[in-house]
Amino acid sequence: MPADLSFDQAPPIGVPFRFFLTAPWFGVAAGCLLLWQGGDLLASRWTPGTLALTHLLVLGFMLQAMTGALFQFVPVAAGGNLWRAATVATIVHPAFAVGALLLCTGFLFPWPHCLPAAAALLATAGAIFVAVLGRALFTTPAVGPTVTALRGAAFALAVTLGLGALLVAGLTTGQAWPFADLVHVHVAWGFGGWALLLLAGVSITVVPMFQMTPPFPRRAANMFPWLVAGSLLLWSGRLGVLPAGPAHAGIYALLALAAAYFATTLRLQARRRRKIDDANVLMFRTAMGSGLAAAVLCAWLGTGLAGSDDDRLQLAAGVLLVATFVFAINGMLYKIVPFLNWLHLKRLGGPRALPPNMNRMIPAESMDRQVRMQLAAFALLLAATLWPGLARPAGAALVVSFGWLGRNLIGGVATYRRFRNAIPAASSTRDAG
Amino acid sequence: MAIAELMHDHHQHCDAAFAEAEDALRQGRWTAGRAALAAFSRDMESHFAAEEDILFPAFEEATGMVEGPTKVMSYEHDQMRDLLSQMMSAADAADADEFAGAAETLLVLMQQHNAKEEHILYPMCDSALDAETLAPRLQQRLAGSDALA
Repeated sequence: MPADLSFDQAPPIGVPFRFFLTAPWFGVAAGCLLLWQGGDLLASRWTPGTLALTHLLVLGFMLQAMTGALFQFVPVAAGGNLWRAATVATIVHPAFAVGALLLCTGFLFPWPHCLPAAAALLATAGAIFVAVLGRALFTTPAVGPTVTALRGAAFALAVTLGLGALLVAGLTTGQAWPFADLVHVHVAWGFGGWALLLLAGVSITVVPMFQMTPPFPRRAANMFPWLVAGSLLLWSGRLGVLPAGPAHAGIYALLALAAAYFATTLRLQARRRRKIDDANVLMFRTAMGSGLAAAVLCAWLGTGLAGSDDDRLQLAAGVLLVATFVFAINGMLYKIVPFLNWLHLKRLGGPRALPPNMNRMIPAESMDRQVRMQLAAFALLLAATLWPGLARPAGAALVVSFGWLGRNLIGGVATYRRFRNAIPAASSTRDAG
Repeated sequence: MAIAELMHDHHQHCDAAFAEAEDALRQGRWTAGRAALAAFSRDMESHFAAEEDILFPAFEEATGMVEGPTKVMSYEHDQMRDLLSQMMSAADAADADEFAGAAETLLVLMQQHNAKEEHILYPMCDSALDAETLAPRLQQRLAGSDALA
């Protein structure tokens, strides 16, 4: 019989898994959209198809996986108690999924109710999730840069979803607002606030531990979330509060901070004591490289020099940004899902249970091949921003890579269920999958 | 020295011992790997003993929390002992795949356990306990001796 687990407050396995198992199919949908629309979709970052593609990846894949990970990470590593996690997940999971689908449908088709319905659903679910997450993060006894970064990420998610809802409201009611400026700020809070602070916050804890690297520089790690928040607030000043100069200083500061984080992580990984090169390490390192390239390209696009307003380069920067977080998430899922399988089976089976070890939950060969396929798919997508004829091959590759990820995760759950069902009923007093 | 700093340093020491054993055994250097694994096992047991015999009872007495963090941590110690035993059996049988899987699982379990201790439990210990009195006893036990325990 396991001890009282109130200390780690880990949610039932179904809570994170419902998000993880849903996420890859949004990537498959993104690939299908590219297959359908081909190179026309990549004519500019403002086409309805590009907006739908982007949101399938960031609101579909990324938000699902990141929300699921937070349900697990915040109680276990940050000591935060997520209020009624199972109930909140039951509300937030379908709302985020349906909201993302409605939003993308609304971008693609002239159906007037899709966008407002999507905005209402996403804003409501987002408010519930951020409230529960924020409460957990502000009442935890844990301290340090990870908790600070996660608090910032939660706030940034609220701002991103709020600005998204505002954009929908303005567009659907025909307001004469500065939409391009609003979009720039919305994108900065989404990538530079929510996604970057979450990834950095988790990295500060996870990278030194799992890859056995030296720790992140403590002072810099403590200051990072505050500097990111300050940069984002400066950049947001472009919405009629500040002149262009200080606002641009904000975005350049944000890009410099992001680049410093990516470069530091790469430098630490180069000095890791644990020399295992698995799918997780490959994806995390490639993610950092992609992020560094994205930061440099975004900085150049903001210079106003000849060629810096090229639509294709703007799209390329967007692909690199999305790839950064998709790669990191893809790699992390291959650590989280096998470990949660093992942990929950061990708890269900009691002290004498011998669940299969992590490497037997999802075949290593299948994970290695899938992540290489994912890298190839995004390389093709990046190339398609310059040569639109590659859009359909890129779409096909995304369907395969994300579908493969989904299949691997489902396989992991099947292994979990097979062993769970073999555990005698008498010892199975906890949990449900 | 603060309890958190002392125990964190020993976590790092155990991590280094784990990495050395894993590196040797994954490369098929069985004799050197088994010796490194035995050294890691001794370090890990010293750490568990320092916590279970000295730190946790002191924390429970000072706070009255006998069913909380310390019980969960002790339960996870047992899980880690199981995995270490699987690693040693695999090393003895020169079964590289089984060793790699058990080692991977132990690493993740150990690190999420350490994160909880370092972020939550040890700071609570520093608040609730007299570190100056306790630290020398912990150091002694972490070094593998129970003379002052």
